[in-house]
Amino acid sequence: MKYFFLVISLVIISFFFYKGLEKDPSIIPSNLIEKEIPDFKLNKTKLFPFFKKLDLLESKDLKIVNFFASWCPPCKVEHPNLIKLSEKFPIYGIAKKDSDNKIYNWLKKSGNPFKAIGLDNDGSASINWGVYGLPETFLINGDGKILYKHVGPITKKDLSKIFKILARE
Amino acid sequence: MKLFITIFFLIFNADLSKSVEPDEILENTELEEIAREIGRNLRCLVCQNEDIENSNADIAKDLRLLVRKKLTEGESKKEIISFVHSRYGDFVLFSPPFRYDTLGLWIFPLIFFIFLSYLFFRRKN
Repeated sequence: MKYFFLVISLVIISFFFYKGLEKDPSIIPSNLIEKEIPDFKLNKTKLFPFFKKLDLLESKDLKIVNFFASWCPPCKVEHPNLIKLSEKFPIYGIAKKDSDNKIYNWLKKSGNPFKAIGLDNDGSASINWGVYGLPETFLINGDGKILYKHVGPITKKDLSKIFKILARE
Repeated sequence: MKLFITIFFLIFNADLSKSVEPDEILENTELEEIAREIGRNLRCLVCQNEDIENSNADIAKDLRLLVRKKLTEGESKKEIISFVHSRYGDFVLFSPPFRYDTLGLWIFPLIFFIFLSYLFFRRKN
């Protein structure tokens, strides 16, 4: 009984520390889940179809928004998996601090998974979406609400998780 | 003496290590001071435990520019911090808000202090 409270406190603290170990400190949970897509302004590209917030809200299908850049190596890692995703769901690309020609050259070589592309030249659209690194991918439902955010490149394992989330809708 | 001066200089001129670039600085010194104060309250998202004023990361620069843009547009310090908080959550704030799910963070140190005081005085008695 003497050490009862001490032991109980240690057990509770250890439990929370153990639960904390399961989390990846480099991944910051999104504050926009279950919320409507934020306002954002993009610049047009000369070579690809463009999109605005309204286009995402008007299409009542499930859709994906992917933040990428031709200068971002992890974006190249996930590219084949994005192409697989694009066979079933429309993907809207937001290219951060990138140029038309560089995007064109890359997508010409590796394939284009994007239905439309907009340029985020000053990074403000990325901040509005709570993006802090590239690539980041958002799953959006027919009502324009964000279902899930994936940080980092989409691997094969992530792909099945994403398909499952989209299949539930 | 040289070493002493160097150490003194480094300690008391920590402001020199700031990452704010000359082209980011606002002409209005009052607004610039507020921008720096806001920046010191916002955590860099990719470097952890570094505020955006002192970080060289790309996202920190973007956030510094956003803070200054919003200030010149007339937004208040509270509005700007609240906007960034709405996008990046509690992680971006150095001091977490007082809510039921963050209660532990605020209360635990107090409980721990009371517990240690109890142990200390019990032993003394």
